[in-house]
Amino acid sequence: MKLEYFVAIIVILFAAQFFYGAAANPDSEFGGADGAAGDYVAENFGYEPFVPWFQKYLFEPPGGETESLLFALQAAFGAIVIGYTFGYYKGKGQGN
Amino acid sequence: MHIFEGFLPSPWWQLWFVFSIPVILYGMYKLNKLVSARRDVIPLLAVAGAFIFVLSSLKLPSVTGSSSHPTGTGMAAILFGPGITAVLGVIVLLYQAIFLAHGGITTLGANSASMAIIGPAVAYAFYKAASKAGINFYLNVFLATAIADWVTYVVTSVQLAVAFPAAEGGILASFTAFATIFAATQVPLAIMEGALTALIMKYVVQIKSDVLIDLNVLSTSAVAKLKEAME
Repeated sequence: MKLEYFVAIIVILFAAQFFYGAAANPDSEFGGADGAAGDYVAENFGYEPFVPWFQKYLFEPPGGETESLLFALQAAFGAIVIGYTFGYYKGKGQGN
Repeated sequence: MHIFEGFLPSPWWQLWFVFSIPVILYGMYKLNKLVSARRDVIPLLAVAGAFIFVLSSLKLPSVTGSSSHPTGTGMAAILFGPGITAVLGVIVLLYQAIFLAHGGITTLGANSASMAIIGPAVAYAFYKAASKAGINFYLNVFLATAIADWVTYVVTSVQLAVAFPAAEGGILASFTAFATIFAATQVPLAIMEGALTALIMKYVVQIKSDVLIDLNVLSTSAVAKLKEAME
């Protein structure tokens, strides 16, 4: 169980650094660092991202809600696979 | 670490494809070979891929007041090596580029290089070296995973810096600017990711340690020692 305690402490510390960060940056919306790098490029180099010709054929989530749905699906699919496999092996181990 | 669509000018996005495509093809070859030789590793392969799926979808807040996501590639790199991890990573990046408009198609080569190839390759090298030096398995997994995460973001910073060198200070000044945006956010995330991966690897040892021996991740004696410590 030692490792579990260690991970629990890290999770608590992680939550603490978030609350500290939220208090230290009261106006921050905690936007993505990926986007911040893009903004930095746009601001400091006056660079306009180009639009590739196939862009208009690609799907783009209409808004934040759909995007969060797809991110949730991504996590859910992954979690199902992990849980299923671990459960399968565990059950198999007990059966023997 | 996602460089968004259109944010890498020519010739940089093409060059990163030239770098990434051969590695991915090599990874597909390795994957094919492994799967046809050993059907019993497929569930573990699925778990390693699923782990990347889950972790790279979690946008975690950081003390810097911005959010970013872990990469989740450490586990796959340790279990299956960098070639196969490259393939798993590209699948996730493709999903995000196509369905989420997160990342991009022209920048897929660059994003693959950072998240799916160079980060995991460095983690793998670290894991093997530290393993030889005899450090504790879980500590090794923790460090290797955190390193995969950090290196990924360092590579992204390099990719942006060489494409956008500052007028004053050049590539180095740009690199510092991008690394500050990414790496600072990434420090707590990488620690979190390392801890989570160490924990999931403990469960893999618990339920499927024979595969770890076959994949050369751990020696028979190392597994026996870890199992003894669990009881």
